[in-house]
Amino acid sequence: MRKNRFAPVYLTLVLILLYLPILVVVLYSFNANTSRFTFEFTGFSMQHYEGLLKDTRGLLAALGSSLKLALYSLSLSVVIGTLGAVGMAKRAFRLKNAAETMISLPIMIPEIVLGMAFLAVFTFADLPMGMPTLVIAHTTFCVPYIFILVKGRLAGMDPALLEAARDLGANERRAFFDITLPLITPGIVSGALLAFAMSMDDFVISFFVTGATTTTLPIKVYSSVKMGVSPQVNALCTLTLVAVAVLAALSNMIKRRT
Amino acid sequence: MKARRSGGRLMTLPILVWMTLFVGAALIYVVILSFLTRTPEGFGVTNAFTLDNYRKLLDPKYLKVLWQSVRLAIHTTLICVLIGYPFGYFMARTKGAWRGILMLLVIVPFWTNALVRIYGWRILLMANGPINEFLKAIGLIEQPLKLLNTYGAVLLGMVYALIPFMILSTYASAEKMDWSLVEAGRDLGAGAARVFFTVTVPQTLPGLLSGCVLVFVPSVGLFFISDLLGGATEALAGSLIRDQLLKSRDMPFAAALSVVLLALTCVILLLYSRAGGKSSNLSLF
Repeated sequence: MRKNRFAPVYLTLVLILLYLPILVVVLYSFNANTSRFTFEFTGFSMQHYEGLLKDTRGLLAALGSSLKLALYSLSLSVVIGTLGAVGMAKRAFRLKNAAETMISLPIMIPEIVLGMAFLAVFTFADLPMGMPTLVIAHTTFCVPYIFILVKGRLAGMDPALLEAARDLGANERRAFFDITLPLITPGIVSGALLAFAMSMDDFVISFFVTGATTTTLPIKVYSSVKMGVSPQVNALCTLTLVAVAVLAALSNMIKRRT
Repeated sequence: MKARRSGGRLMTLPILVWMTLFVGAALIYVVILSFLTRTPEGFGVTNAFTLDNYRKLLDPKYLKVLWQSVRLAIHTTLICVLIGYPFGYFMARTKGAWRGILMLLVIVPFWTNALVRIYGWRILLMANGPINEFLKAIGLIEQPLKLLNTYGAVLLGMVYALIPFMILSTYASAEKMDWSLVEAGRDLGAGAARVFFTVTVPQTLPGLLSGCVLVFVPSVGLFFISDLLGGATEALAGSLIRDQLLKSRDMPFAAALSVVLLALTCVILLLYSRAGGKSSNLSLF
């Protein structure tokens, strides 16, 4: 094969652009400048990290709500999505295609439409906006990720394995826990990781269904940076970046192994 | 056999009930809402049927907003193709461990908060930000350039937020490509450009098409990008829906706007399947 000298240069260049804003966020988290409106780099300092840790009611509280929200919605959506995918594989009914399309709709339509739909329905049902409405909304857009990934694993499963288990006398429950579940676990795990990232990242949908009492991290970040700059946001982002990098490496390892 | 069927029915019950309620019924409610009249005060609606919400959309003021959103989505998609397609293609040609590393490098920013990455651009583009300071330091400019709060800044943010979809999507189909066809074309005397357009492009077309859908559809709703990078330069459909809901409290008009975006999404998906795109290609993971 001909050696392409252009490719590495091109890939590096695009990657630099991809990481440039992230590097800037990290770099400026160590800025000694405390102004809300200018961002000149005046020297190295850890003060924004100290400020972040002291101000437990601000960004850290928002991070806490986001983690709680992700945990609740993830537990619900993993159960709903996994059961749904396994059940769907067993069933054949007339509207099956329509049902599967409906399940994947939340990740196909623009987020803002979904946010508007949730707001309308919750207002109609007279539900107070807060953690419960956020959990419903997040669960709804997390389910498709779990469903699609588990469905993919099931499609690649050898049906003879289940038949063998049944022939050897295992009942349906036993066959599910001994055969199906171990085989689809990688799908559940990567689906859950993806859903977790999407839940932590979501701003548009949360923006519409959040109440005065609950502030998720993206909403807090948005209101902190909309007017000026907020070095504490930089500090927190740097910390979460490290966590995300570890998470991504982990999920890649799981994918590689399967 | 009968027992297996009923087991499946019980297992699909939660997902069917949940998604019917919060996706199916919710979207139908939005459609109904778009034909109702708002109450003079508050967030309420009355049951009086009306087409006024759609008539209101024909106001040049709102038509302009819709057109600007579509134009921005088209520009975003085109630039994503131009930058993302070669990236996905080169990535698929990369050998061994480097490919995995590249994949990871593309995914990590994709997993970090989109708001934060846009905020990073905001810092970069500020009048006293690093880009202007750098250009001043090397003597290219004397006064800082106005980079923030421009159409270009919004476009940059959109491309930046959505390009991973294009990269991953084109990569997925370039990876499956039969490279021996490329070599056959070259052996038979075709030039590099001719082989590219007659062999490579048709084979990677599925990824290119799904990439376009994955970039175009979300781009109409990302209102925070134009908020953070565009200032008030350009009103977009996403920001209009938000303002109707949270400022004007006009739910039926916001619903009509959402229905238009839904219809636009349907048209895009229809065009996509007409062009031979498979729905399974739209889920990248």
